[in-house]
Amino acid sequence: MIAFYAVLVFMIVSAIIACEIKDLLGAVIAMGAVGFSQGLLFLMLQAPDLAITQVVVEVLTLAIFIAAISRSTRVDTTKHILPASIVGICVLVLVIIGTIQAIGFLPPFGSPLMRVSDFYIKNGLVQTGAPNIISAIILDYRGYDTLGEATVLFTATIGVLVILRNRGKQKDK
Amino acid sequence: MLPYVFCIILIGIGLYTVLTKKNLLKIVIGFCLIEYGVNLFIVMVGYRWNGLPPIMLTPDDKTLFVDPIPQALVLTAIVIGLATTAVLLAIVIRVYKRYGTLDLTELKRLKG
Repeated sequence: MIAFYAVLVFMIVSAIIACEIKDLLGAVIAMGAVGFSQGLLFLMLQAPDLAITQVVVEVLTLAIFIAAISRSTRVDTTKHILPASIVGICVLVLVIIGTIQAIGFLPPFGSPLMRVSDFYIKNGLVQTGAPNIISAIILDYRGYDTLGEATVLFTATIGVLVILRNRGKQKDK
Repeated sequence: MLPYVFCIILIGIGLYTVLTKKNLLKIVIGFCLIEYGVNLFIVMVGYRWNGLPPIMLTPDDKTLFVDPIPQALVLTAIVIGLATTAVLLAIVIRVYKRYGTLDLTELKRLKG
């Protein structure tokens, strides 16, 4: 459990660095540290599929971020505006206090409500034939969810291609 | 209850970045931080002490497994997060090509 909290603290520190550093490449690398430590946490929370997906997606995200930085600028030239950051900190404190009040209503960490999941765990292997219950859920019980995910991915790809298109409509050529 | 608080602090840092930073890339980084915090929170809600990953070769009622539904939903959310980040960064690249700056205050000045 100590390793778990150590990774959580490392994650928070990296997030603060990513927020405050002036070098944008450094900020992106700190964000990558947050993402990879999140993959580690997924492994500790007994979610190996998520850990694999998170690491792959994190590599892709970092590649896209670095491509964006290499096409724009690396230094953050914006000035620090004091009233805006005071308002931001006030909103932040309010959100944190409110959410901590709200999570008091959740079941405590480590003992989830599993009314639906118990059905999946009991019958998943027999009904779908998949040894991994997570693949049974995303590909069989909730297959339409995955169809929607593929649609979103396809639409986003088309969106990126349209936004980054260099040639517009050319007249008389 | 303590691990939940760490997630909420992470979401809060992301929210602070989105609210106060004036650089477009910093804002995209803030969105990514919020996404990480929310994903981690949802997976933590499904964790069970001494639970194993829900993978079995024979039907098994005795072993304790962690909750598979949050993991399945977060698996979808991670991939969708990549898609939204890609679209946001494409918009950032386009804005830089058009205006030559990532500063939001400069962009506002160019508008008039």
